[in-house]
Amino acid sequence: MDGGAPRPDADAMIAVDHLTKRYGPQLAVDDISFYCEPGTVTGFLGPNGAGKSTTLRMICGLTPPTAGSATVLGTSYRALDNPGRRIGVLLDASAQHSGRTGREVLALSARVLDVPRSRVDELLERVGLARSAARKRVGAYSLGMRQRLGIAHALLGDPEVLILDEPANGLDPEGIYWMRGLLRDFADGGGTVLLSSHLLHEIEAIADELVMIADGRIVARGAKHELLAASGVIVRGLDAAELHVALAEADLSATPGADGALLVDADAEAVGRVAARAGLVLLELRPAENGGLEHLFLSLTREEALAA
Amino acid sequence: MTAHAEIFPRAGLRRLTGIELRKMADTRAGFWLLVVIELMAAAIVTITVVAGKASEQDFHGLFKGALLGVSVLLPVLGILAVTSEWNQRTGLTTFALVPARGRVIAAKMLATVGVTVYAVATCLATAAIGNLFAGGSWDLPLYALAHGALLELLGILGGVAFGLVFLRSALAIVMWFVLPTAWSALGAIHALDKPALWLDTNRTLMPLVDGGMTGTAWAQLGTSTALWLGAFLVVGLWRLRRTELK
Repeated sequence: MDGGAPRPDADAMIAVDHLTKRYGPQLAVDDISFYCEPGTVTGFLGPNGAGKSTTLRMICGLTPPTAGSATVLGTSYRALDNPGRRIGVLLDASAQHSGRTGREVLALSARVLDVPRSRVDELLERVGLARSAARKRVGAYSLGMRQRLGIAHALLGDPEVLILDEPANGLDPEGIYWMRGLLRDFADGGGTVLLSSHLLHEIEAIADELVMIADGRIVARGAKHELLAASGVIVRGLDAAELHVALAEADLSATPGADGALLVDADAEAVGRVAARAGLVLLELRPAENGGLEHLFLSLTREEALAA
Repeated sequence: MTAHAEIFPRAGLRRLTGIELRKMADTRAGFWLLVVIELMAAAIVTITVVAGKASEQDFHGLFKGALLGVSVLLPVLGILAVTSEWNQRTGLTTFALVPARGRVIAAKMLATVGVTVYAVATCLATAAIGNLFAGGSWDLPLYALAHGALLELLGILGGVAFGLVFLRSALAIVMWFVLPTAWSALGAIHALDKPALWLDTNRTLMPLVDGGMTGTAWAQLGTSTALWLGAFLVVGLWRLRRTELK
């Protein structure tokens, strides 16, 4: 399901080039390459521990890569004089001083970025943390409130690029809907968004491009609609194991999902004929559509769980 | 979206210093530490006025007492200024906004000068109030003021250096109080008496308060400071360049 080799692109706002991070014997990020273009939302998807946060920290110059490189706006992040004015970053909503008020957190960064103080109130208002919530200490915030503060913080410098790590974590459904609109507007205005998630459905509705990773490696990458279109069929047989064997003998590649169904990279007719020839009873045979992506994602998550 | 051709200059060191100074006081812990420093000075001055030796009951004597008390607490402020970036994980934001990490530390060190001014002013004010009751001499040599300020500054800068090396609040604070004491204990061994005169800050800092800053005393202070402050700073800054912020 790989959307092909990444295209080196002069327009790329974020360019990740063979990025690798090794911790002792463990490869946390293994030779990752992808590009984000203006006007798009890129969903960076993978199970917990797949290497998403490490990759994002490497892009932002906080973690030195073992090999490879990442550039933002055509240069390395650390070479930017005042990066917050061009790139809005939210790497961990919980990484704020618990003894500081929400308003103070933004006011401090407003000084670093050299944006007017009025911008602080404007953003507190925009993310729904105005008045009493702004005067509370971050230690008393719920995770959802911290995410809102983090998103306000990322937007403070009126950036061109947003890099957000798990921004939907802890947001209620209404909050997720709100964030979706905010990011869509940002991208429609010419901005570039890279956001990570471990939940497919959070990203599916917002992203134009998808980069899916597992165990530090890219397993699928490309435009969302292409990935969805190329996703084959889902088939469920009375005897899943025998069906798998029959498909393999017919040279059709099948990936088992979490629920006993198989994702087959072929059309429905080919799969139906294999089953008929082998005399197997089918319970379900349908185009995978977005279910295909979910299927792949679930199988990755399951492998992760089995390996643990 | 604004025009993207704009150039955004980086924040100057003066601005960063102001921000770091504000960060030392705008958290609950930082605010109370500053209050406790005032209470410490007030307590020492009160006790000295009520029950101290007659020789200590003047402006200079009260000032010295307050300085010593404050010099115990001030380094903690220096330590927390660094370690809170790790303990509270604010470093993720701080160093994402200012990727030149050395500039952040430089700003923190410049901010300690501001805290030193605050600490010395507190000592002066409490000593003056105390002396109104004690009725002692108002004589305070200028060198005593300068040496007092230096004592406090070296202490808080030492805290910054310790914070950089240990990165965790609890560990750095424990080390700050344990290491020099262990060092002094070693210096009590007869064979190590001579080196300790040059390397033990518990000894070399004392003349700053007692007024015995001879040429040798300055050399000894310089040597011990170079070891504790200089070496720790170099190690801490060197590691900070490459370290990963999580």
